[in-house]
Amino acid sequence: MTADVSSSRPLVELKGISKRYGDLLANDQIDLVIDRSEIHALLGENGAGKSTLVKILYGVIEPSAGQILWEGQPVTITSPVEARALGIGMVFQHFSLFDELTVAENIAVALSSDWNLARVRARLGDISRAYGLALEPDRAVWTLSAGERQRIEIVRCLLQNPRLLILDEPTSVLTPQEAEHLFVTLDKLAADGCSILYISHKLEEVRRLCRRATILRGGRVVGTLDPRAKSAREIAALMVGTEVGEVRSGLPHQPRGEMLEMHELSMPAGGLHGQPLHAISLSARAGEVIGIAGVAGNGQSELFAALSGERPADRPDSIRIAGRPCGTDGIDARRRLGAAFVPEERLGHAAAPTHRLSENTLISHATAEVSRSGFILLDAARRLAQSIVRGFDVRTPESDPQARKLSGGNLQKFVIGREIIRRPKLLVVDQPTWGVDAGAARLIRQALVDLAGEGSAVVVISQDLDELFEIADRMAVIHQGRLSPLRNIGEWTKEAVGLEMLGEAQLHGASHAG
Amino acid sequence: MGRLMRVELTPRASVAPGMRAIAPILAFVTAFLIAGIVIWLLGRSPVAAFQVYVIQPLSDPWSIQELLVKATPLALIAIGLSYCFRANLWNIGAEGQYVVGAILGSWLALWTHGTDAGAWVLPAMIILGILGGMAWGLIPAFLKTRFGVNEILTSLMLVYVAQLLLDYLVRGPWRDPKGFNFPQSVTFDPSATLPTIAETSRVHYGAVFALVAVIVTALVVGRTLFGYRLKLTGDAPRAARFAGFSAKSTTLAVFAISGGLAGLAGISEVAGQIGQLQPSISPGYGFTAITVAFLGRLNPFGILVAALVVALTFIGGESAQILLKLPLDLTQAFQGILLLCVLSADALVSYRIRIVGRGGGK
Repeated sequence: MTADVSSSRPLVELKGISKRYGDLLANDQIDLVIDRSEIHALLGENGAGKSTLVKILYGVIEPSAGQILWEGQPVTITSPVEARALGIGMVFQHFSLFDELTVAENIAVALSSDWNLARVRARLGDISRAYGLALEPDRAVWTLSAGERQRIEIVRCLLQNPRLLILDEPTSVLTPQEAEHLFVTLDKLAADGCSILYISHKLEEVRRLCRRATILRGGRVVGTLDPRAKSAREIAALMVGTEVGEVRSGLPHQPRGEMLEMHELSMPAGGLHGQPLHAISLSARAGEVIGIAGVAGNGQSELFAALSGERPADRPDSIRIAGRPCGTDGIDARRRLGAAFVPEERLGHAAAPTHRLSENTLISHATAEVSRSGFILLDAARRLAQSIVRGFDVRTPESDPQARKLSGGNLQKFVIGREIIRRPKLLVVDQPTWGVDAGAARLIRQALVDLAGEGSAVVVISQDLDELFEIADRMAVIHQGRLSPLRNIGEWTKEAVGLEMLGEAQLHGASHAG
Repeated sequence: MGRLMRVELTPRASVAPGMRAIAPILAFVTAFLIAGIVIWLLGRSPVAAFQVYVIQPLSDPWSIQELLVKATPLALIAIGLSYCFRANLWNIGAEGQYVVGAILGSWLALWTHGTDAGAWVLPAMIILGILGGMAWGLIPAFLKTRFGVNEILTSLMLVYVAQLLLDYLVRGPWRDPKGFNFPQSVTFDPSATLPTIAETSRVHYGAVFALVAVIVTALVVGRTLFGYRLKLTGDAPRAARFAGFSAKSTTLAVFAISGGLAGLAGISEVAGQIGQLQPSISPGYGFTAITVAFLGRLNPFGILVAALVVALTFIGGESAQILLKLPLDLTQAFQGILLLCVLSADALVSYRIRIVGRGGGK
């Protein structure tokens, strides 16, 4: 062994990596060095070229130019199988799981053939306990929330004892406690000699974890720095290219009439492992932002489906929108009452991946100006898509592209813009900034606050507590299908929210409820 | 080191626009080459076979009419099926819907036989034909929406029910008493016969129905919310529900449409071509139409072209059987080869093949 020689060399070196798609240069002469045991952050807006770069490193796409050195040796990584053989593991932002298979089966299929189910199940328990990534091995993936699905991806990589672990926005669906667990895990992994390439938009996280960060903008490296030595504001400025401002609170507003009233709504679980809802009462007045906090899988998706009408309730008067009972109505009828909805999953739920943006406007505007007596007004749809793209700074690779060609942040701006542009009386959003870069997240939050300022009621279901504290006027916490009382944001502390999230506050909370 | 080669399809970054247009032509050439090799292996001349299969039918006016006659039911049924397939619903039972349409329409023809009932009979027969196919198509749709039964199985099994029902009727209650015990009904009255489009022609008005179906479908698919609803249901079912499109009503609607068009094809064939009910009223149009729908890539005009091409293989196959003593099964084999070639060409336009050695570099 020549450990002394090799340890002085970095683990991975990318030299002059470029990737061209037609006229678009997604990566432009990128140099990146990752040392052994280093946690290296890769920062940048959506569309900055981070995904392209890590996909090249993981063998998913071929670079147009440039060289990869692994322990000083030039290598060509032509597939993820080869990447894994080298010791590279990756946790993708978009999950690659088989819905019909169980947790253990999903892990086993991705591993080499000497991993059988029994072995996976045995190791799964250890890993889950060690890293606080709770998973039931025999549950089918389709019954799991986004947060739980991501845990599978993380555990799947950890089981392979990788030498370089790439994580793309890993904490976006974790609770603060789980995220802290993960950081401990990552620190431990790094201490054990594993290098980590950590992609995130959350600057605080990066500063908590990393000593070195490479910042990309427009496909180029704009800086490599120690994130602890710079302020969050400075780093964000490098990423976005301009100073990042705080979200302005809307016009000074006085909440007016009730736009949404949900009264003691209960709903049985949808799937085998769904979360039933228990007597949820909720109201939102015109001019205010209501925040719903909670850990993934506590009934958020069910609450969203109940609000949107994708799962209608038994009684009409269990939900009123703009004063009209609509509990048994479907989503279309509720849209006609002036409501608008943005679900958590962008691709496949909010938007059809292979459809053009103009076609995607039809999904929520079918009854509005883009159709007349059953016929589609193609020009109107195109113009509408154009005005959403312009109004919400959606960056597109071509005019009217397919939805799947947009980066996550840009597609999120589009689907939120698509609803806001209708000037709804009530907007319900599930995880508005999940996996979205700092610039886009700020734009989205600003748009939500502005909408409320103009007299709409906005309900934001989010796992990002900082986000809710920033934009919500009133907030409640959902835990195991039960909703805490709504309180003014000033009456909440992070500790109180944490207690509610863990279900500890149910007893104390009752005495506070008015 | 065990080097295991494997073949991978990787998406092409960009597709040359011309390729999409050329791909089907290349697919046809390839299919003919493969079929030529098969014919050569059977000890016949591929050149003579090509002559009999393609050149002869296209150079003979009688054959060209025959081509249109055979393409008519294929196009009608395939257009209907394209509604289902767009929405990712699998109606495999068009053959049965075709038969039930023919039975219900013919019932009126037999009931009014010899009564000089008047001009209303034919339109009423056509409407009954459509309703019959529709009702038969709605059975699997209802079973799916109400009980979650797989529509592939039920629609297919109902084909055999329909065929046996037809068999029973023409051998039993509907048999022509003066027909020397042949299992067939009386010949329809002129007022119950679908006329030909010109006096000397064999092409009946079913061809006009098919053309209308093509044009209306092109409009529905490209221009209407209902067309978008099918596309969205097929491509992103969750987004379709989010859009407020009920999966149940979509399922019922597309099965009603495809069943109705298959029923229309059935009654048109019986009233326009055969002129009476008999145990066999289709050489498998309902199944071949599935191939036609995909050959035409679910595009209405593509389906029209595909129906003509597949009809050509039917006619060519018949002459090849007579002139070259080639088995009739070869026609079906060729239809299969053609479909595979077209689907492969489609895939190769968007993807390229890469052969990867395990663990190695390039």
